[in-house]
Amino acid sequence: MFEGIMIGLTTAFTLSNLMMVIGGCLIGTFIGMLPGLGPMSIISIMIPVAITIGDPSAALILLAGVYYGAIFGGSTSSILINAPGVASTVATSFDGYPLARQGKAGKALTVAAISSFCGGSIGAVMLMIFAPALATVALLFHSSEYFALMVVGLSAIAAFAGTGQVAKALLMTLLGLIMATVGEGALFNMPRFTMGIMDLQSGFGFVTLAMAMFALPEALYLVLDPSRSNNETGGEIKDLRITRAEAKEIAPVIGRQSIQGFLIGVLPGAGATIASFLGYAVERNIASKEDQEKFGKGSIKGLAAPEAANNAACTGSFVPLLTLGIPGSGTTAILLGALIALNVNPGPRLMVDQPEIFWAVIISMYVGNLVLLVLNLPLIPYIAKILAVPRNYLIPFILFFTMMGAYIGQNNATELLILVGLGICATVLRFADYPLAPLLIGFILGSMLEDNFARAMQLYDGLGFILDRPMTLGLLGVAAVLIILPSYRARRARMRAKGIADGD
Amino acid sequence: MALDRWIALIILMICMAYGYAAFFTLDIGLPPFMQRNAIWPSTFPKVLVVMAIACTLIILLGQGKDDAGTKEGDIDYRRLTDYKLGQALLLLAMMAGYALMLRPVGFLISTVSFLTISAMVLGERKLQYLLPITMLATGLVWYLVQQVLGIYLRPLPYFLGTGG
Repeated sequence: MFEGIMIGLTTAFTLSNLMMVIGGCLIGTFIGMLPGLGPMSIISIMIPVAITIGDPSAALILLAGVYYGAIFGGSTSSILINAPGVASTVATSFDGYPLARQGKAGKALTVAAISSFCGGSIGAVMLMIFAPALATVALLFHSSEYFALMVVGLSAIAAFAGTGQVAKALLMTLLGLIMATVGEGALFNMPRFTMGIMDLQSGFGFVTLAMAMFALPEALYLVLDPSRSNNETGGEIKDLRITRAEAKEIAPVIGRQSIQGFLIGVLPGAGATIASFLGYAVERNIASKEDQEKFGKGSIKGLAAPEAANNAACTGSFVPLLTLGIPGSGTTAILLGALIALNVNPGPRLMVDQPEIFWAVIISMYVGNLVLLVLNLPLIPYIAKILAVPRNYLIPFILFFTMMGAYIGQNNATELLILVGLGICATVLRFADYPLAPLLIGFILGSMLEDNFARAMQLYDGLGFILDRPMTLGLLGVAAVLIILPSYRARRARMRAKGIADGD
Repeated sequence: MALDRWIALIILMICMAYGYAAFFTLDIGLPPFMQRNAIWPSTFPKVLVVMAIACTLIILLGQGKDDAGTKEGDIDYRRLTDYKLGQALLLLAMMAGYALMLRPVGFLISTVSFLTISAMVLGERKLQYLLPITMLATGLVWYLVQQVLGIYLRPLPYFLGTGG
């Protein structure tokens, strides 16, 4: 292994390769900030450039830089304007945006950058050590376990999203799942619930829904109530730095979530999105009572958890790609295409036949991570200045970028009308205190959930898989506990409160 | 009845319509070989809709706190007219208008006018700054999306050719 690392290091640390990684990070960060353009689309745009380079190591180093840059750029728009353009940064906006509203945008971006860096680095180290062993574990997960894992994820989200109002959060999750069934599924070859409307044939677009649920209501709130946009600091960026106490607070979170995120990322198909949601949910559930109150209102723990988990999972998704040749996520699928175009065949033989490629990928991921941190930390004050743009300019531009995000994805102007309609619905739902995040998460996981459910049903010819596979049963049990426990606790608390005084 | 219960009622109705479609219309054209499968296209929607209806009923009939009051910093919908409702509605109309104009009028003109008019709706009056900024931003975004990323955006009105 040591030899391999040396090979990787000598490849990565040449001047031209360092330039590649710096360029890649910059391109990724800036394009990634546009909502609607996630790592997947940016990497696919960069592939022609990478292939013309010719040298597989250099090409991969460039792509790794773009990848990490894009992830960081995506977090930026979630934190600053509550517009998560990629599914895996949705959880980032839960606490990142409230922090930005408190005038701590700089700190939020710093926490995000550091957590991503740690998550990515810990993931890279684990990738080096455990890649071969983990590949076999990943194969133990069948569709029924994936189904159960997603049910756990969804119930964890529903259980925490509405504190004390599980029914509402659950309803929103179900509504998201229902929306995901609209359109033509891969499994059945027939359009469902499209009401004969052509534009619904391919279902609702993810970016459209994300913008309608998060960015648009927030922008409308800013319009309705002008005092919201003047945050106390008047747009000035204060406390960029993290204090020692805060660092102490988030260090264990980052450690736990990097490991958990990596392990989830290893499972093909689970990926960064589930890792970030589960990371957020787990951290919230194990936090102390007063910390739990802060989640969703600008907790740095709540920001660090999904960021670390997300990046570690991205690294983890390279395990099945490099060791088995199975891409576990959309991004790794595109990378697989790039690798094949560069005449590299990922699979069990890669480590033996072309060790320099294997190690160059790992080292370049690490270098990409490092360069991103070095490059972006000094840029953060300038990026955060976006919020200091006068309101009269900022709001039209936010609206414009949400529309561009929806339009670019589908190239269809009807999508914009759907965006406006859903945005109005989302604003009304927000008035009535319905949590919107579970809806979006349900929508994201919906098609995966149904596919795996259907596959398991077909394999076992019915619901037998639940009893046949102990791991599935165990995971579903966890999900049931997650749903029941909070309402039971709330009920007990209500009973107790009734005995003492009629509190809220 | 509080707003959240009204919404639960509306969602209940949507669920009923969806459930009707799932239970009674979706399987009509199902080919015989698919009918032997353990899972039909309607299976998952049926499960979902039953659960969703149960949730709406819990919210509708439950004896939750009627009025939790608004959280600090949130908007109180009962005093909606105290806020700048007109501006918000106007901006929504602008967005719908933009959606309808984007194809026929072209990206450049519709975007510049959307950004300029929205800013003016919000109270901006310094056109000498506003116009150059919106034009520059529009041009930049168009260049990025069309030329760098290669996603087609019709820049000019339809009668002036396809551009790019």
